[in-house]
Amino acid sequence: MRTWVLRRLTAIAPLITLFFLVAIFASASPSFSTVDNAANILRQVSITAIIATGLTFVILTAEIDLSVASVANAVGILVAFFTVQEAYVNIANVPLPGAFAILFAVLAALALGGVTAFGVVIIGIPSFIMTLAMLQIGAGISAMLVRGQIAYNVPAVVKTLGSGTIFGAPWIVIIAILFLAVGHFVLTYTRFGRYVYMVGGNREAAEYAGVNVKLIVAAVMIIGAFCSGVGGMLGVAYYGSAQQNQFDDFLLDSIAAVVVGGTSLFGGKGGIPNTIIGLFVLGVLNNGLDHVDIDSFLKILIRGLILLLALVINVYAQKIRAD
Amino acid sequence: MSDGSERPPLIELSGIGKTFGGVTALSNVDFVLREGEVHGLVGENGAGKSTLMKIIAGVHTDYEGTYRLDGQPIQLRSTRDALAAGIGMVHQELSIVPELTVAENVFLGSQPVNGAGIVRWRHMARAAGEHLKRLGIEVDPTMRAGNLSLGLQQLIEIGRVLFSGARIIILDEPTSALSPPEVERLFQVIGRLRGEGKSFVFISHFLDDVLAISDTVSIFRNSRHVRTAPAAAFDKAGIIELMIGRGHEELEESYLHELMLPAASTAPVVLETRGLTLRGAFADFDLTVHEGEAVGIYGFMGCGQLELVRALVGKLRPDSGQLLVAGTERRLANTAAGKRAGVALVPESRRSMLFADSPIYRNVSISVLERISRWLLKPAVERQITREKIQELKIRTASENVALRTLSGGNQQKVALARWLAYRPNVLVLAEPTRGMDVGAKDDVVKIVRALKEQRMGVVVVSTEPETVLSLADRILVMRRGRITREFAGETVGKDQLLAAA
Repeated sequence: MRTWVLRRLTAIAPLITLFFLVAIFASASPSFSTVDNAANILRQVSITAIIATGLTFVILTAEIDLSVASVANAVGILVAFFTVQEAYVNIANVPLPGAFAILFAVLAALALGGVTAFGVVIIGIPSFIMTLAMLQIGAGISAMLVRGQIAYNVPAVVKTLGSGTIFGAPWIVIIAILFLAVGHFVLTYTRFGRYVYMVGGNREAAEYAGVNVKLIVAAVMIIGAFCSGVGGMLGVAYYGSAQQNQFDDFLLDSIAAVVVGGTSLFGGKGGIPNTIIGLFVLGVLNNGLDHVDIDSFLKILIRGLILLLALVINVYAQKIRAD
Repeated sequence: MSDGSERPPLIELSGIGKTFGGVTALSNVDFVLREGEVHGLVGENGAGKSTLMKIIAGVHTDYEGTYRLDGQPIQLRSTRDALAAGIGMVHQELSIVPELTVAENVFLGSQPVNGAGIVRWRHMARAAGEHLKRLGIEVDPTMRAGNLSLGLQQLIEIGRVLFSGARIIILDEPTSALSPPEVERLFQVIGRLRGEGKSFVFISHFLDDVLAISDTVSIFRNSRHVRTAPAAAFDKAGIIELMIGRGHEELEESYLHELMLPAASTAPVVLETRGLTLRGAFADFDLTVHEGEAVGIYGFMGCGQLELVRALVGKLRPDSGQLLVAGTERRLANTAAGKRAGVALVPESRRSMLFADSPIYRNVSISVLERISRWLLKPAVERQITREKIQELKIRTASENVALRTLSGGNQQKVALARWLAYRPNVLVLAEPTRGMDVGAKDDVVKIVRALKEQRMGVVVVSTEPETVLSLADRILVMRRGRITREFAGETVGKDQLLAAA
């Protein structure tokens, strides 16, 4: 039993963090542990979940994508840019039928991912730097398109999926679950998924085994941008508006979700189940802090400290297993 | 008595013994270095010469026997101690920092500063330039060290060691990566410094170089000191004989007898290179491998063999020349293309070929995933294939599901072979396939290679150990500084001939 626990400590540590957080918030606030609030948490983490799905692929290959939030913002604004806006929204936009608006937005996400992939794989820029540049480029696209304005309309389908419900269940949660499920399936049961883990586990060995490492890395960067783009599109519908800097928090949240869940930044270890736990840790933390009565400025610091603590626990759990 | 032995001993080691985890590296070794002497040190890989030098240079501090410096017993606790006592070492892998200037490298760790702690750049550049000039090294001290040729970098490192006060300099394989004019210049610098009373230990596999520069030569074999005499008393053949120990006791592992290589193969050619060249690594390399034939490439460390094998599988792209696999010319864009063409490499280090934390079956199946699954994985098939290979290669493991890192080194190596046995490429390139293996595991590798040949696979074996090449290859190429110097086919060959050709 003891060895069983120790061996799985890396997987269990984030769960322990999660239970602690739930226990603390539940005892601190009666409004936290309600069914309604549980549904709230699910809704609140959904967009992060969609973005984090792609980021899990990226981090598993030992790369990083710092442009996820920025790409989400750009693609979200782009889909609004291609939709008819109210007369008072002063944007020189290009209204298109909804299907085309969505198609172009998705293509834009793939193109941004393609540029990242080109920079990382062909030119050889470290992904940390390349995606930092893409962060700025995404922000630039957003700024150019809305020019300080706010757009409100998105195609009907996007609006439904982002803010509508079916049989009382929010579509956004269903989409998030779908993304996580497909991500897990691809990583666990497909050849491509195996290559992602092998490239992350030992890139050189994967290369000598005849794996086209560059192709795999390019693919995960594009998957990352695609997930970000979808997250951004639905996010615009979820929040009911498209504006600059609207997704900035999602960069930290999505990286934190993946890493707090126990996926190694060095690649090869972890996966979607880890990301799901990480998402819950983050969701409970963000939501729970709103239910307890503390200085809202102090909350930002507390959030940072708890994330730090979760990471420290992960590192120690990994060390114990290694011994 | 030669004049060398009349000078007082500078370093005197006696009765030195050293073991690593029960394995003897040095046994009862005596060694004397005199002032103003260049002392050549030769012996095969693992003969103990590096261990001895690491004791002298303060790397190994735990050994038997006595160490005297200037007649006084001394106990060095670190390389820093050694340097303080005037003993410096220049390793084969230089410790020059390529991003820094020549002057910064010369002054590394002891940059001159003014009262405010600001580095005195101009003073530093001038002093470094003058210092190097005194050694006969003409170089602009403000140049980036990385832009200089390897030969100059090495001289600068020697300059740095001297500058930090060394009077005894240990050079480990200093000529292996140098061109003939660079070797000439190195020898001039050594000669000049010797005239000033500095002493050198010159470790090298290149016996011609050792004989050209040394005053005294010491030969090591199997952790023992065999003979020391003035260089003039030796010739190359004599040294090789003493290194290998023909007719002596510890011979089970070395090739006492000459080996008869089989007649040239008439089977179809599976791999051919014509004038393959990669600048700075190998040049005009013509290699032909037939079906069911094992070609050995023997050469010292750094002769370009590791780059060559990488070019064969698409990891490195050659500058010119042709590569033909099964008669078709290929320009391999990457290792995936190499694998599709049917050429695979088992690289020389385990770390670069295996996934330590992954189960064995994933280590094996990675080569054949494309065949057994188009989209979805079939773990049951992967496990089945792995179980077969575990049996076939006698890999000692509880199951195919345990993490690879739980296996012994030799068994890990077999897993890497199993991967390609499952894939069956046209040509399998093995770099140092027996490195670090015990005798039993080495025998297994011999059997595996034989099995590969029976399956009509072409095999290329690259090694710095003559025994490995001799025991595995049907035909042997000897490589020296990026070129083929000799081919042995259909004739008798022994270790001494390989060593002499390299």
